[in-house]
Amino acid sequence: MNLLERCHLCRIDLKHIRVVRGGQEVLRDINMHIHCGQLTMLIGQNGAGKTTLIRALLGEIPYEGSIRHEDGQGKAMPRMTTGYVPQHLAFDPDIPLTVLDLMGAALSRRAVWTGVGKRKKEEIRAILEIVHAGELLDRPLGRCSGGEIQRVMLALALHPAPDLLVLDEPVSGVDENGQRLFLNVVNELRRGRHMAILMVSHDLNLVRDYADHVVLLDKTVLMQGRPETVFESDAFRDTFGMERRQL
Amino acid sequence: MQGIYDLMDRLLPLEALHYNFMKNALLAILLLTPLLGLLGTMAVNRQMAFFSDALGHSALTGIGLGILLGAASDLLSMLVFGVLWALLISLIRHTGTAGADTVISVFSSTSVALGLLILSRGGGFARYSSLLVGDVLAVTPLDLLYLLLALVLGVLAWFLLYNRLLLTSVSASLARSRGVHTRLCEIAFGVLVALAVMLAIRWVGVMLINALLIIPAAAARNLAGSARRHALFSIAFAMVSGVAGLFSAYAWNTSAGAAIVLYAAFFYLLSLLLHRRVRG
Repeated sequence: MNLLERCHLCRIDLKHIRVVRGGQEVLRDINMHIHCGQLTMLIGQNGAGKTTLIRALLGEIPYEGSIRHEDGQGKAMPRMTTGYVPQHLAFDPDIPLTVLDLMGAALSRRAVWTGVGKRKKEEIRAILEIVHAGELLDRPLGRCSGGEIQRVMLALALHPAPDLLVLDEPVSGVDENGQRLFLNVVNELRRGRHMAILMVSHDLNLVRDYADHVVLLDKTVLMQGRPETVFESDAFRDTFGMERRQL
Repeated sequence: MQGIYDLMDRLLPLEALHYNFMKNALLAILLLTPLLGLLGTMAVNRQMAFFSDALGHSALTGIGLGILLGAASDLLSMLVFGVLWALLISLIRHTGTAGADTVISVFSSTSVALGLLILSRGGGFARYSSLLVGDVLAVTPLDLLYLLLALVLGVLAWFLLYNRLLLTSVSASLARSRGVHTRLCEIAFGVLVALAVMLAIRWVGVMLINALLIIPAAAARNLAGSARRHALFSIAFAMVSGVAGLFSAYAWNTSAGAAIVLYAAFFYLLSLLLHRRVRG
């Protein structure tokens, strides 16, 4: 009996995931668990299929195999809610849009060009407070830093409360201070809200410092486990030969 | 209708409004400009100015084809063709084969050429030249009813569609992860713009319709920091330009569409100067 099978926490269970795109097998026989209360980080070279796996998890593309949300006893739980934070977006800094507008557009039925109601505004402020971004409420998007925008995206992903939070390279292109702030918030969510979190990262330093579980991907799972275990493996050396020395 | 005219006489005892055709024109502008102002905000944010320009030009083809096919009314054939054109352009934009602006430019020129070819058969284009510059003084009470209907339905559609479109503008993948059907939203927006443009084109003209859609929203964008202000400023600029342009055109005996667009352009210039001062 291995470590994963002994665990009594809820988890998202991926079994024999296979994805074929344009006649090519992009992912094959992916088997992994994403545990609640853990930060699972997905690493691999460009083209290893990280984004494809995420899109399958989000239900954006067809796949073979099963993705199940299970409780501690291995029983299937009802429909899984997924929160998603995209890569840092480069959008028009002149767009007349505040953080409140953006959040309102996602969380309210009322069209935001007619404004956002008082109660909704307080609700949105409370959600922003979770990611330490309450002060951004009325700020135009164009005046937020990359890290601030990513925390706003994270706040959006928390509503409705997700069973699984998917972060697709959320801090690439964000300055170091912004990166740490973002990951500290992710850490708080993992502990405080017992959320299952899957994050794709290219930054192996961040992976070493923050991940509970690392999955090394190249079309299939080459290696998974604690960061130090994965970083010491042959598969990791073969994939990241040069970069490893910098760690 | 007479009741409305009487009310206007009492509220606005102006010499220019003595004639019913001026009253009709004023009402048409008050119904039309808010809708164009609203839709314009998203067209500007999504950088679709060229798209709506091409749509406006396609009105010529719409009427031409309508005549060839024996359609019951010019308006109907313009609306149908405009919607088809919008669908076709967004389809081609989506395949992303050539740059979007190139594709739209080809569409725009083709539709103008095709329209001119059909309408100029036997040297009779002069009959249609009012389409180019528009004639807001020719509005009838029935047209006003159409415009009122369009405003109500347009604002309603805008209420339902706006949040989803806004999310799509910021990030398509974010919008999709929140259950937004981004393609459908984009198509719906294209169709909505097509309908508004076709409805307005007889009054404002093929050459100027896009200006009325884009310029107020562009001016508002320079001054607004939030979605609400963008919409409000854009509506205000469009309405003020419309009313001021109409009265100026009456006083100067010129084309109303041209005067309206010049007022809008003036607001845009002003907004640029203020924008510089605000942002340094």
